[in-house]
Amino acid sequence: MSQTILFLLFKATGETVLMVLAASCIATLIGLPLGILLYVTRPKNFLENTYLYKTLSAIINITRSIPFIILMIAVIPFTRLIVGTSIGTLAAIVPLSLAAMPFIARVVESALLEVNKGLIEAAMAMGATPMQIIRKVLLPEGFPSIINGLTLTVVNLVGYSAMAGAVGGGGLGDLAIRYGYQRFDIQIMLITIVLMIILVQSIQYIGDFFVKRFSFFRA
Amino acid sequence: MIKLQKLNKNYITPDSTITALDDINLHVLPGEIFGIIGKSGAGKSTLIRCVNLLEQPTSGQIIVNGEDLTTLTPGELRRARRKIGMIFQHFNLLSSRTVYDNIAFPLELSSLSTQEMKNKIMPLLELTGLMDKRNHYPAQLSGGQKQRVAIARALASEPQVLLCDEATSALDPETTNSILQLLRDIRDKLNIAILLITHEMSVIKACCDRVGILENGKLIEENEVGEFFAYPKTETAKNFIFSSLSQTLAPTLQQHLLATANENTHPVLRLWFLPDTANQPIISQLITQFGLRINILQGNVEYIKKHAMGIMLVAIDGEKNQLQAGIDHLKRIGVNAEIIGHVTNDIISFI
Repeated sequence: MSQTILFLLFKATGETVLMVLAASCIATLIGLPLGILLYVTRPKNFLENTYLYKTLSAIINITRSIPFIILMIAVIPFTRLIVGTSIGTLAAIVPLSLAAMPFIARVVESALLEVNKGLIEAAMAMGATPMQIIRKVLLPEGFPSIINGLTLTVVNLVGYSAMAGAVGGGGLGDLAIRYGYQRFDIQIMLITIVLMIILVQSIQYIGDFFVKRFSFFRA
Repeated sequence: MIKLQKLNKNYITPDSTITALDDINLHVLPGEIFGIIGKSGAGKSTLIRCVNLLEQPTSGQIIVNGEDLTTLTPGELRRARRKIGMIFQHFNLLSSRTVYDNIAFPLELSSLSTQEMKNKIMPLLELTGLMDKRNHYPAQLSGGQKQRVAIARALASEPQVLLCDEATSALDPETTNSILQLLRDIRDKLNIAILLITHEMSVIKACCDRVGILENGKLIEENEVGEFFAYPKTETAKNFIFSSLSQTLAPTLQQHLLATANENTHPVLRLWFLPDTANQPIISQLITQFGLRINILQGNVEYIKKHAMGIMLVAIDGEKNQLQAGIDHLKRIGVNAEIIGHVTNDIISFI
């Protein structure tokens, strides 16, 4: 294997890790509060607001219906506004974050739905404010499930990042397509796939570790 | 102190209005345990959840610690709720917190310092007997221990009122007794008003000072516990008391109990003594005045407060008209006597 190929692999791995990591962080930063908002405004929950819930829910469903490759092209003007350019790894982070946000919101919502309603009732009976209920009951009790959901999202992002080549984002997926698929280079194809497997396995391992670490008190 | 006045609660569904609570008036004093008993669907849960406004009543006043909760703003209501403790059938402990941190939860809500919290939590661990479990997680505790944690948590903010929503219904009889004993201790030591709801007469018997019966959303009877058992006013009350006193017939007798009489059978009589009659020599009256022969099959006399009451099953041998005269006599003096079946004389001996 030539020096150039090694360099390409190294660079692509770095790009993938950067895109996935940055997009995960940004998406969580916005998706988590969004998921909490979805949960608390759900009918019969403690900040019930059917209008807000239905609107949010519809927006999320619409965003999740758009194929990622189309979303990525569609948001180019927005991407240019945020990072100043519409091509490159940084530019790919914007559509990746946008795609993961609604997914995380749903994942967080369903994780919180697993929290025993009786606990929220008990907290309300003790005079907890909505904010205290979120911070002291919902998040700690839903934590393992939230981590599970975030792991799922990050793994999905690894898959999405393969399409980042369309906007010149680079990464392992792009390498596999351009060198492995279009140039029939079986060796590169296999190496990139193995690298992606290792990446996904590591993400799952880290996720599982945290879930286990914070579930030791459960029966 | 809890005072409910003209409390009503309706649930409005698209095609009808369901009355869950109908003109409830109730007063629970400090240092008193008031029990509300009713069948499922009677409105017990709705009633107790109205007391801290987890459930919004349709109309009426809810006065707790001298404040009408229905007139408070959300912020004022939260402050008021901090002085109302509540425990639940399924404990509702935070699984991510240790026993100590669960008890600290209500104190964190009012932002106490760590030291202040410790000063309040330690005596509660002592009171509820959980000192050695303080670093355990709820998943590591038994049901009874979990309810003790819930009680300690409910008491942490020093409430003047404690609400118990079927607090012992998920526990075995022995654990139930220890929890009820703890509630009595708390009442004695802290002089708080305790309102509990239950579907078990044994809970009322073991721990309440006063009792109310809830049926179809109405409080149909209310009395001091001893008086309630002694002089039930409504049919529902009588049924509850009867079911709590009656013991099931021994299986061997049950097998041989016949519905109809013939020449080889003796009637089996169930005698239900209310307090005024429980200390009379009824059996000997039947023997001496009516010439009946009596074989006691099963019996149970209980003391509730200062009243004795009980149920006895007897097989009787004697002349038919004498037997009827005996039953009439019993009814006259206030013993509820009923023939529940017949047994053949090869099972019961009168010799």
